Amino acid sequence: MPETVIDIKDLHKGFGGQAVLANVTLKLYKGENLVVLGKSGSGKSVLIKCIVRLLDCDSGTINVLDQDVNALDGEALGTLRKKIGFLFQSGALYDSMTVKENLEFPLRRIRKELSQAEIDEKVMSVLTHVGLSDSMDKMPSQLSGGMRKRISLARTIVVDPQIMLYDEPTTGMDPVTSDEISALINEVQKKYKTSSIIITHDIECARGTANRIIMLHEGAVYLEGTLETFEQSADPFIKSFFK
Amino acid sequence: MNNNNPVIKIIASLADTKKHTLRISEKTIEKTRLTKQFLMELAEYCLFAAAVFRATFSRDFEFREFMRQCFQIGYKTLPLISVTGIIMGLVLTIQSRPALVNFGAVSLLPGMVAVSLIREMGPVITALICAGKIGSGMGAELGSMKVTEQIDAMEVSATNPIRFLVVTRVLAATLMIPILILYADGVGILGSWAGANLKGDVSFVLFFSQAFSHIGFHDFIPAVVKSFFFGGVIGFIGCYKGYNAGRGTESVGTAANSAVVMASLLVIIVDLIAVQITDMM
Repeated sequence: MPETVIDIKDLHKGFGGQAVLANVTLKLYKGENLVVLGKSGSGKSVLIKCIVRLLDCDSGTINVLDQDVNALDGEALGTLRKKIGFLFQSGALYDSMTVKENLEFPLRRIRKELSQAEIDEKVMSVLTHVGLSDSMDKMPSQLSGGMRKRISLARTIVVDPQIMLYDEPTTGMDPVTSDEISALINEVQKKYKTSSIIITHDIECARGTANRIIMLHEGAVYLEGTLETFEQSADPFIKSFFK
Repeated sequence: MNNNNPVIKIIASLADTKKHTLRISEKTIEKTRLTKQFLMELAEYCLFAAAVFRATFSRDFEFREFMRQCFQIGYKTLPLISVTGIIMGLVLTIQSRPALVNFGAVSLLPGMVAVSLIREMGPVITALICAGKIGSGMGAELGSMKVTEQIDAMEVSATNPIRFLVVTRVLAATLMIPILILYADGVGILGSWAGANLKGDVSFVLFFSQAFSHIGFHDFIPAVVKSFFFGGVIGFIGCYKGYNAGRGTESVGTAANSAVVMASLLVIIVDLIAVQITDMM
Protein backbone atom coordinates (compact mmCIF):
# COMPACT_ATOMS: atom_id res chain seq x y z
CA MET A 1 0.00 0.00 0.00
CA PRO A 2 1.59 3.33 -1.03
CA GLU A 3 2.30 5.87 1.69
CA THR A 4 -0.41 8.51 2.19
CA VAL A 5 0.92 12.07 2.24
CA ILE A 6 -2.42 13.94 2.34
CA ASP A 7 -5.51 12.46 3.98
CA ILE A 8 -8.71 14.55 3.85
CA LYS A 9 -11.87 13.33 5.62
CA ASP A 10 -15.36 14.85 5.50
CA LEU A 11 -14.19 18.32 4.60
CA HIS A 12 -16.85 21.04 4.69
CA LYS A 13 -16.34 24.67 3.69
CA GLY A 14 -18.91 27.34 2.96
CA PHE A 15 -19.07 31.08 2.36
CA GLY A 16 -22.02 33.19 3.47
CA GLY A 17 -24.20 30.15 4.10
CA GLN A 18 -23.44 28.65 0.70
CA ALA A 19 -21.63 25.28 0.89
CA VAL A 20 -18.65 25.15 -1.49
CA LEU A 21 -17.19 21.86 -0.29
CA ALA A 22 -19.49 19.24 1.21
CA ASN A 23 -18.19 16.04 2.74
CA VAL A 24 -15.04 15.78 0.59
CA THR A 25 -12.85 12.76 1.35
CA LEU A 26 -9.70 12.03 -0.62
CA LYS A 27 -6.12 10.82 -0.28
CA LEU A 28 -2.91 11.74 -2.04
CA TYR A 29 -0.34 8.96 -2.22
CA LYS A 30 3.41 9.42 -2.30
CA GLY A 31 4.84 10.10 -5.74
CA GLU A 32 1.55 10.43 -7.63
CA ASN A 33 -0.06 13.24 -9.63
CA LEU A 34 -3.68 13.48 -8.47
CA VAL A 35 -5.79 15.63 -10.77
CA VAL A 36 -8.90 17.25 -9.29
CA LEU A 37 -11.30 18.04 -12.11
CA GLY A 38 -14.45 20.05 -11.95
CA LYS A 39 -16.46 22.92 -13.37
CA SER A 40 -15.66 26.49 -12.38
CA GLY A 41 -17.05 27.09 -8.90
CA SER A 42 -17.00 23.44 -7.87
CA GLY A 43 -14.62 24.16 -4.97
CA LYS A 44 -11.31 22.95 -6.43
CA SER A 45 -9.22 26.01 -5.49
CA VAL A 46 -10.92 26.20 -2.07
CA LEU A 47 -9.86 22.57 -1.49
CA ILE A 48 -6.14 23.18 -1.98
CA LYS A 49 -6.25 26.47 -0.06
CA CYS A 50 -7.72 24.56 2.89
CA ILE A 51 -4.82 22.06 2.64
CA VAL A 52 -2.25 24.83 3.25
CA ARG A 53 -4.65 26.69 5.56
CA LEU A 54 -4.91 29.80 3.49
CA LEU A 55 -8.58 29.15 4.27
CA ASP A 56 -9.92 27.52 7.45
CA CYS A 57 -12.36 24.69 6.82
CA ASP A 58 -15.68 24.61 8.66
CA SER A 59 -15.35 20.95 9.64
CA GLY A 60 -13.45 17.80 8.75
CA THR A 61 -9.82 16.77 9.07
CA ILE A 62 -6.85 17.44 6.84
CA ASN A 63 -3.70 15.44 7.59
CA VAL A 64 -0.59 16.43 5.68
CA LEU A 65 2.53 14.31 6.25
CA ASP A 66 0.83 12.85 9.37
CA GLN A 67 0.08 16.27 10.87
CA ASP A 68 -3.41 17.66 11.45
CA VAL A 69 -3.21 21.00 9.62
CA ASN A 70 -6.11 22.54 11.54
CA ALA A 71 -4.43 21.85 14.90
CA LEU A 72 -1.09 23.47 14.07
CA ASP A 73 -0.06 26.81 15.56
CA GLY A 74 1.81 29.55 13.66
CA GLU A 75 5.38 28.20 13.89
CA ALA A 76 4.43 24.55 13.32
CA LEU A 77 2.23 25.56 10.37
CA GLY A 78 5.14 27.51 8.92
CA THR A 79 7.41 24.46 9.27
CA LEU A 80 4.86 22.28 7.44
CA ARG A 81 4.36 24.88 4.70
CA LYS A 82 8.09 24.75 3.96
CA LYS A 83 7.53 21.21 2.66
CA ILE A 84 4.67 22.25 0.35
CA GLY A 85 4.99 24.12 -2.93
CA PHE A 86 1.94 26.05 -4.15
CA LEU A 87 1.68 27.24 -7.76
CA PHE A 88 -0.96 29.98 -7.90
CA GLN A 89 -3.25 30.41 -10.88
CA SER A 90 -1.93 33.90 -11.57
CA GLY A 91 1.67 32.93 -10.85
CA ALA A 92 1.83 35.46 -7.99
CA LEU A 93 5.36 36.66 -8.80
CA TYR A 94 6.44 39.59 -6.62
CA ASP A 95 6.19 42.64 -8.89
CA SER A 96 8.88 44.69 -7.15
CA MET A 97 11.54 41.95 -7.45
CA THR A 98 13.52 40.61 -10.38
CA VAL A 99 13.19 36.96 -11.40
CA LYS A 100 16.40 36.15 -9.47
CA GLU A 101 15.11 37.92 -6.35
CA ASN A 102 11.77 36.12 -6.66
CA LEU A 103 13.53 32.77 -6.58
CA GLU A 104 15.92 33.80 -3.81
CA PHE A 105 13.05 35.02 -1.61
CA PRO A 106 11.70 31.63 -0.40
CA LEU A 107 15.16 30.06 -0.57
CA ARG A 108 16.66 32.54 1.91
CA ARG A 109 13.83 31.94 4.35
CA ILE A 110 13.39 28.20 4.06
CA ARG A 111 17.00 27.11 3.46
CA LYS A 112 18.85 29.49 5.77
CA GLU A 113 21.89 27.20 5.86
CA LEU A 114 22.76 27.90 2.21
CA SER A 115 25.53 30.32 1.31
CA GLN A 116 25.07 32.99 -1.38
CA ALA A 117 27.07 30.86 -3.83
CA GLU A 118 24.83 27.85 -3.16
CA ILE A 119 21.72 30.04 -3.57
CA ASP A 120 23.01 31.36 -6.91
CA GLU A 121 23.73 27.81 -8.08
CA LYS A 122 20.29 26.56 -7.05
CA VAL A 123 18.53 29.49 -8.73
CA MET A 124 20.44 28.95 -11.97
CA SER A 125 19.69 25.21 -11.83
CA VAL A 126 15.89 25.58 -11.58
CA LEU A 127 15.82 28.39 -14.15
CA THR A 128 17.71 26.15 -16.56
CA HIS A 129 15.26 23.35 -15.79
CA VAL A 130 12.30 25.54 -16.82
CA GLY A 131 14.22 26.88 -19.81
CA LEU A 132 14.52 30.51 -18.68
CA SER A 133 18.12 30.87 -17.48
CA ASP A 134 18.50 34.15 -19.43
CA SER A 135 15.59 35.83 -17.60
CA MET A 136 17.35 36.26 -14.30
CA ASP A 137 17.49 40.05 -14.26
CA LYS A 138 14.08 40.66 -15.81
CA MET A 139 11.10 42.03 -13.91
CA PRO A 140 7.84 40.02 -13.97
CA SER A 141 6.18 42.74 -16.05
CA GLN A 142 8.69 42.04 -18.82
CA LEU A 143 7.66 38.37 -19.08
CA SER A 144 4.90 36.74 -21.09
CA GLY A 145 2.13 34.77 -19.34
CA GLY A 146 3.77 31.42 -20.09
CA MET A 147 7.16 32.65 -18.90
CA ARG A 148 5.62 33.97 -15.68
CA LYS A 149 3.98 30.60 -15.03
CA ARG A 150 7.30 28.81 -15.58
CA ILE A 151 9.17 31.23 -13.30
CA SER A 152 6.46 30.70 -10.66
CA LEU A 153 6.95 26.96 -10.99
CA ALA A 154 10.71 27.49 -10.63
CA ARG A 155 10.12 29.54 -7.48
CA THR A 156 7.99 26.73 -6.07
CA ILE A 157 10.45 23.89 -6.77
CA VAL A 158 13.59 25.80 -5.79
CA VAL A 159 13.00 24.86 -2.13
CA ASP A 160 12.66 21.09 -2.94
CA PRO A 161 9.12 20.61 -1.66
CA GLN A 162 7.75 17.17 -0.92
CA ILE A 163 4.22 18.09 -2.00
CA MET A 164 3.18 20.30 -4.91
CA LEU A 165 -0.23 21.96 -5.24
CA TYR A 166 -1.04 23.37 -8.69
CA ASP A 167 -3.96 25.78 -9.00
CA GLU A 168 -5.11 25.76 -12.63
CA PRO A 169 -1.57 25.61 -14.06
CA THR A 170 -2.62 25.91 -17.72
CA THR A 171 -5.49 28.40 -17.47
CA GLY A 172 -5.08 31.23 -19.93
CA MET A 173 -2.31 29.48 -21.85
CA ASP A 174 -2.30 28.60 -25.56
CA PRO A 175 -2.30 24.84 -26.36
CA VAL A 176 1.45 24.72 -27.06
CA THR A 177 2.37 26.46 -23.79
CA SER A 178 -0.18 24.31 -21.91
CA ASP A 179 1.57 21.17 -23.19
CA GLU A 180 4.93 22.62 -22.10
CA ILE A 181 3.58 23.31 -18.60
CA SER A 182 2.08 19.80 -18.39
CA ALA A 183 5.44 18.32 -19.49
CA LEU A 184 7.20 20.41 -16.82
CA ILE A 185 4.79 19.11 -14.17
CA ASN A 186 5.74 15.53 -15.11
CA GLU A 187 9.45 16.39 -15.10
CA VAL A 188 9.09 17.91 -11.62
CA GLN A 189 7.38 14.72 -10.44
CA LYS A 190 10.24 12.57 -11.80
CA LYS A 191 13.19 14.77 -10.85
CA TYR A 192 12.07 16.03 -7.44
CA LYS A 193 9.99 12.94 -6.48
CA THR A 194 7.06 15.14 -5.52
CA SER A 195 3.50 14.14 -4.74
CA SER A 196 1.11 16.57 -6.43
CA ILE A 197 -2.50 17.70 -6.53
CA ILE A 198 -3.32 19.44 -9.82
CA ILE A 199 -6.51 21.49 -9.89
CA THR A 200 -7.76 22.00 -13.42
CA HIS A 201 -10.70 22.01 -15.76
CA ASP A 202 -8.33 21.51 -18.73
CA ILE A 203 -8.85 17.95 -19.96
CA GLU A 204 -5.63 17.93 -21.97
CA CYS A 205 -3.66 18.88 -18.85
CA ALA A 206 -5.46 16.10 -16.96
CA ARG A 207 -4.66 13.63 -19.74
CA GLY A 208 -1.01 14.68 -19.78
CA THR A 209 -0.32 14.60 -16.04
CA ALA A 210 -2.80 12.42 -14.12
CA ASN A 211 -1.93 9.18 -12.39
CA ARG A 212 -5.38 9.35 -10.79
CA ILE A 213 -8.37 11.69 -11.19
CA ILE A 214 -11.04 12.91 -8.80
CA MET A 215 -13.99 14.86 -10.12
CA LEU A 216 -15.75 17.38 -7.89
CA HIS A 217 -19.34 18.30 -8.62
CA GLU A 218 -21.38 20.69 -6.43
CA GLY A 219 -18.72 20.53 -3.74
CA ALA A 220 -18.61 16.74 -3.39
CA VAL A 221 -16.53 13.92 -4.89
CA TYR A 222 -18.48 12.73 -7.94
CA LEU A 223 -16.12 10.06 -9.24
CA GLU A 224 -12.61 8.82 -8.53
CA GLY A 225 -10.44 6.67 -10.76
CA THR A 226 -7.85 6.50 -13.51
CA LEU A 227 -8.02 8.35 -16.82
CA GLU A 228 -9.47 5.19 -18.42
CA THR A 229 -12.24 5.07 -15.81
CA PHE A 230 -13.32 8.58 -16.79
CA GLU A 231 -12.92 8.17 -20.54
CA GLN A 232 -14.97 4.96 -20.54
CA SER A 233 -17.66 6.30 -18.18
CA ALA A 234 -21.22 6.44 -19.54
CA ASP A 235 -22.22 9.15 -17.07
CA PRO A 236 -23.47 12.16 -19.08
CA PHE A 237 -21.75 14.70 -16.77
CA ILE A 238 -18.38 12.91 -17.11
CA LYS A 239 -18.88 12.53 -20.85
CA SER A 240 -19.50 16.28 -21.17
CA PHE A 241 -15.96 16.85 -19.82
CA PHE A 242 -14.27 14.16 -21.89
CA LYS A 243 -15.99 14.65 -25.25
CA MET B 1 -68.39 55.98 4.80
CA ASN B 2 -69.02 58.22 7.80
CA ASN B 3 -65.60 59.63 8.78
CA ASN B 4 -67.06 61.10 11.94
CA ASN B 5 -67.75 57.64 13.26
CA PRO B 6 -65.71 57.35 16.48
CA VAL B 7 -64.82 53.70 15.79
CA ILE B 8 -63.41 54.60 12.38
CA LYS B 9 -61.53 57.53 13.94
CA ILE B 10 -59.96 55.19 16.51
CA ILE B 11 -58.98 52.65 13.83
CA ALA B 12 -57.46 55.42 11.67
CA SER B 13 -55.44 56.81 14.59
CA LEU B 14 -54.21 53.29 15.41
CA ALA B 15 -53.11 52.86 11.79
CA ASP B 16 -51.25 56.20 11.94
CA THR B 17 -49.56 55.13 15.18
CA LYS B 18 -48.51 51.85 13.57
CA LYS B 19 -47.07 53.70 10.54
CA HIS B 20 -45.22 56.09 12.86
CA THR B 21 -43.91 53.20 14.98
CA LEU B 22 -42.75 51.34 11.87
CA ARG B 23 -40.86 54.43 10.69
CA ILE B 24 -39.16 54.76 14.08
CA SER B 25 -38.29 51.05 13.96
CA GLU B 26 -36.75 51.39 10.50
CA LYS B 27 -34.64 54.33 11.65
CA THR B 28 -33.57 52.43 14.75
CA ILE B 29 -32.67 49.38 12.68
CA GLU B 30 -30.61 51.53 10.30
CA LYS B 31 -28.79 53.25 13.19
CA THR B 32 -28.15 49.88 14.83
CA ARG B 33 -26.77 48.52 11.55
CA LEU B 34 -24.46 51.53 11.13
CA THR B 35 -23.29 51.30 14.74
CA LYS B 36 -22.61 47.60 14.33
CA GLN B 37 -20.69 48.29 11.10
CA PHE B 38 -18.61 50.98 12.82
CA LEU B 39 -17.81 48.76 15.81
CA MET B 40 -16.86 45.84 13.55
CA GLU B 41 -14.55 48.07 11.50
CA LEU B 42 -12.99 49.40 14.70
CA ALA B 43 -12.45 45.82 15.88
CA GLU B 44 -10.77 44.98 12.55
CA TYR B 45 -8.40 47.94 13.00
CA CYS B 46 -7.55 46.83 16.54
CA LEU B 47 -6.93 43.21 15.48
CA PHE B 48 -4.68 44.40 12.65
CA ALA B 49 -2.80 46.71 15.01
CA ALA B 50 -2.31 43.81 17.43
CA ALA B 51 -0.94 41.60 14.64
CA VAL B 52 1.44 44.38 13.52
CA PHE B 53 2.59 44.95 17.09
CA ARG B 54 3.29 41.22 17.60
CA ALA B 55 5.15 40.97 14.29
CA THR B 56 7.26 44.07 15.11
CA PHE B 57 8.77 42.37 18.15
CA SER B 58 9.14 38.89 16.64
CA ARG B 59 12.57 37.64 15.54
CA ASP B 60 13.99 37.90 12.00
CA PHE B 61 13.35 41.59 11.42
CA GLU B 62 13.29 42.31 7.67
CA PHE B 63 16.06 44.89 7.69
CA ARG B 64 16.73 44.89 3.95
CA GLU B 65 13.06 45.52 3.13
CA PHE B 66 12.91 48.21 5.86
CA MET B 67 15.86 50.07 4.27
CA ARG B 68 14.23 49.75 0.84
CA GLN B 69 11.04 51.30 2.19
CA CYS B 70 12.99 54.11 3.86
CA PHE B 71 14.50 54.88 0.45
CA GLN B 72 11.10 54.74 -1.27
CA ILE B 73 9.38 56.91 1.33
CA GLY B 74 12.20 59.31 2.12
CA TYR B 75 14.35 59.87 -0.93
CA LYS B 76 11.64 59.48 -3.54
CA THR B 77 9.35 62.01 -1.81
CA LEU B 78 12.06 64.70 -1.52
CA PRO B 79 11.31 66.51 -4.81
CA LEU B 80 7.60 66.83 -3.97
CA ILE B 81 8.33 68.01 -0.41
CA SER B 82 10.92 70.48 -1.69
CA VAL B 83 8.42 72.17 -4.00
CA THR B 84 5.67 72.10 -1.36
CA GLY B 85 7.95 73.49 1.33
CA ILE B 86 9.21 76.39 -0.75
CA ILE B 87 5.70 77.33 -1.84
CA MET B 88 4.44 77.09 1.77
CA GLY B 89 7.04 79.57 2.98
CA LEU B 90 6.61 81.84 -0.03
CA VAL B 91 2.82 82.03 0.22
CA LEU B 92 2.83 82.50 4.00
CA THR B 93 5.29 85.39 3.66
CA ILE B 94 3.43 87.09 0.80
CA GLN B 95 0.10 86.78 2.63
CA SER B 96 1.40 87.91 6.03
CA ARG B 97 3.66 90.79 5.00
CA PRO B 98 0.96 93.41 4.21
CA ALA B 99 -0.72 92.89 7.63
CA LEU B 100 2.61 93.19 9.44
CA VAL B 101 3.50 96.32 7.45
CA ASN B 102 0.23 97.93 8.66
CA PHE B 103 1.26 97.29 12.26
CA GLY B 104 4.84 98.41 11.59
CA ALA B 105 5.99 94.93 12.59
CA VAL B 106 7.56 93.71 9.37
CA SER B 107 10.76 92.89 11.27
CA LEU B 108 8.81 90.11 12.99
CA LEU B 109 8.08 88.43 9.64
CA PRO B 110 10.95 85.90 9.73
CA GLY B 111 10.12 84.82 13.28
CA MET B 112 6.38 84.61 12.62
CA VAL B 113 6.88 82.48 9.51
CA ALA B 114 9.42 80.22 11.22
CA VAL B 115 7.20 79.60 14.25
CA SER B 116 4.13 78.99 12.04
CA LEU B 117 6.02 76.58 9.82
CA ILE B 118 7.74 74.63 12.57
CA ARG B 119 4.79 74.43 14.96
CA GLU B 120 1.91 73.76 12.63
CA MET B 121 2.01 74.37 8.90
CA GLY B 122 5.12 72.38 8.17
CA PRO B 123 4.08 69.19 9.99
CA VAL B 124 0.41 69.23 8.97
CA ILE B 125 0.77 70.20 5.31
CA THR B 126 3.72 67.88 4.80
CA ALA B 127 1.84 65.05 6.51
CA LEU B 128 -1.21 65.65 4.29
CA ILE B 129 1.00 65.57 1.19
CA CYS B 130 2.58 62.33 2.47
CA ALA B 131 -0.87 60.86 3.18
CA GLY B 132 -1.67 61.45 -0.48
CA LYS B 133 1.56 60.16 -1.95
CA ILE B 134 2.77 57.55 0.50
CA GLY B 135 -0.57 56.44 1.96
CA SER B 136 -2.16 55.93 -1.44
CA GLY B 137 1.00 54.23 -2.74
CA MET B 138 0.95 51.72 0.11
CA GLY B 139 -2.78 51.14 -0.27
CA ALA B 140 -2.48 50.54 -4.00
CA GLU B 141 0.66 48.38 -3.76
CA LEU B 142 -0.62 46.09 -1.04
CA GLY B 143 -4.10 46.01 -2.58
CA SER B 144 -2.59 44.96 -5.89
CA MET B 145 -0.54 42.29 -4.12
CA LYS B 146 -3.71 41.03 -2.43
CA VAL B 147 -5.63 40.82 -5.70
CA THR B 148 -2.80 38.97 -7.51
CA GLU B 149 -2.33 36.50 -4.59
CA GLN B 150 1.24 37.68 -3.89
CA ILE B 151 0.40 38.00 -0.18
CA ASP B 152 -0.95 34.42 -0.17
CA ALA B 153 2.23 33.28 -1.97
CA MET B 154 4.32 34.93 0.73
CA GLU B 155 2.29 33.24 3.48
CA VAL B 156 2.59 29.81 1.84
CA SER B 157 6.38 30.22 1.57
CA ALA B 158 6.48 30.42 5.38
CA THR B 159 7.05 34.19 5.47
CA ASN B 160 4.91 36.33 7.75
CA PRO B 161 3.48 38.87 5.24
CA ILE B 162 2.64 41.32 8.02
CA ARG B 163 6.25 41.34 9.21
CA PHE B 164 7.64 41.67 5.68
CA LEU B 165 5.12 44.07 4.14
CA VAL B 166 3.41 46.01 6.93
CA VAL B 167 5.91 46.35 9.78
CA THR B 168 8.65 47.54 7.42
CA ARG B 169 6.39 50.15 5.84
CA VAL B 170 4.90 51.42 9.11
CA LEU B 171 8.35 51.76 10.73
CA ALA B 172 9.82 53.37 7.62
CA ALA B 173 6.96 55.90 7.47
CA THR B 174 7.29 56.61 11.22
CA LEU B 175 11.00 57.32 10.79
CA MET B 176 11.10 59.09 7.42
CA ILE B 177 8.04 61.38 7.59
CA PRO B 178 9.41 63.37 10.58
CA ILE B 179 12.67 63.80 8.64
CA LEU B 180 10.68 64.99 5.61
CA ILE B 181 8.79 67.41 7.85
CA LEU B 182 12.03 68.89 9.21
CA TYR B 183 13.30 69.19 5.66
CA ALA B 184 10.06 70.89 4.59
CA ASP B 185 10.42 73.37 7.48
CA GLY B 186 13.93 74.22 6.32
CA VAL B 187 13.04 74.76 2.68
CA GLY B 188 9.91 76.61 3.82
CA ILE B 189 12.03 79.17 5.66
CA LEU B 190 14.17 79.40 2.50
CA GLY B 191 11.02 80.05 0.49
CA SER B 192 10.02 82.68 3.02
CA TRP B 193 13.36 84.46 2.56
CA ALA B 194 12.73 84.44 -1.20
CA GLY B 195 9.25 85.90 -0.57
CA ALA B 196 10.64 88.59 1.73
CA ASN B 197 13.04 89.64 -1.02
CA LEU B 198 10.22 90.11 -3.54
CA LYS B 199 9.20 93.36 -1.82
CA GLY B 200 12.28 94.14 0.21
CA ASP B 201 15.93 93.40 0.53
CA VAL B 202 16.84 91.07 3.36
CA SER B 203 20.13 89.27 3.54
CA PHE B 204 20.12 85.52 3.96
CA VAL B 205 22.09 85.59 7.21
CA LEU B 206 19.93 88.31 8.76
CA PHE B 207 16.68 86.60 7.79
CA PHE B 208 17.70 83.22 9.19
CA SER B 209 19.15 84.61 12.39
CA GLN B 210 15.93 86.57 12.98
CA ALA B 211 13.87 83.48 12.19
CA PHE B 212 15.75 81.19 14.57
CA SER B 213 15.92 83.75 17.35
CA HIS B 214 12.16 83.31 17.82
CA ILE B 215 12.20 79.50 17.88
CA GLY B 216 12.55 77.63 21.14
CA PHE B 217 12.37 74.01 22.25
CA HIS B 218 8.72 74.52 23.20
CA ASP B 219 8.03 75.12 19.47
CA PHE B 220 10.26 72.39 18.20
CA ILE B 221 9.77 69.36 20.47
CA PRO B 222 5.93 69.04 20.31
CA ALA B 223 6.08 69.39 16.52
CA VAL B 224 8.69 66.65 16.21
CA VAL B 225 6.78 64.34 18.56
CA LYS B 226 3.50 64.72 16.69
CA SER B 227 5.25 64.18 13.36
CA PHE B 228 6.21 60.66 14.52
CA PHE B 229 2.51 60.00 15.18
CA PHE B 230 1.66 61.40 11.73
CA GLY B 231 4.14 58.99 10.15
CA GLY B 232 2.81 56.02 12.12
CA VAL B 233 -0.80 56.83 11.25
CA ILE B 234 -0.08 57.28 7.53
CA GLY B 235 1.90 54.00 7.36
CA PHE B 236 -0.66 52.04 9.36
CA ILE B 237 -3.74 53.24 7.49
CA GLY B 238 -2.11 52.82 4.07
CA CYS B 239 -1.09 49.26 4.92
CA TYR B 240 -4.42 48.38 6.55
CA LYS B 241 -6.47 49.52 3.56
CA GLY B 242 -4.24 47.72 1.08
CA TYR B 243 -3.85 44.51 3.07
CA ASN B 244 -7.63 44.27 3.55
CA ALA B 245 -8.59 45.14 -0.02
CA GLY B 246 -11.22 43.02 -1.69
CA ARG B 247 -10.54 40.54 -4.44
CA GLY B 248 -11.38 42.59 -7.54
CA THR B 249 -9.28 45.19 -9.36
CA GLU B 250 -11.80 47.89 -8.40
CA SER B 251 -10.87 47.27 -4.78
CA VAL B 252 -7.28 48.41 -5.46
CA GLY B 253 -8.50 51.87 -6.38
CA THR B 254 -10.89 51.88 -3.44
CA ALA B 255 -8.06 50.89 -1.09
CA ALA B 256 -5.80 53.69 -2.38
CA ASN B 257 -8.55 56.29 -2.20
CA SER B 258 -9.79 55.34 1.26
CA ALA B 259 -6.18 55.20 2.54
CA VAL B 260 -5.70 58.85 1.56
CA VAL B 261 -9.03 59.99 3.00
CA MET B 262 -8.69 58.14 6.30
CA ALA B 263 -4.99 59.01 6.78
CA SER B 264 -5.66 62.71 6.06
CA LEU B 265 -8.56 62.75 8.51
CA LEU B 266 -6.50 61.07 11.22
CA VAL B 267 -3.62 63.50 10.68
CA ILE B 268 -6.03 66.37 11.43
CA ILE B 269 -7.44 64.57 14.48
CA VAL B 270 -3.97 63.71 15.84
CA ASP B 271 -2.98 67.35 15.32
CA LEU B 272 -6.03 68.49 17.27
CA ILE B 273 -5.16 66.16 20.17
CA ALA B 274 -1.50 67.24 20.05
CA VAL B 275 -2.45 70.92 20.16
CA GLN B 276 -4.68 70.34 23.19
CA ILE B 277 -1.91 68.47 25.03
CA THR B 278 0.67 71.13 24.16
CA ASP B 279 -1.70 73.84 25.34
CA MET B 280 -2.10 72.12 28.71
CA MET B 281 1.66 71.85 29.26
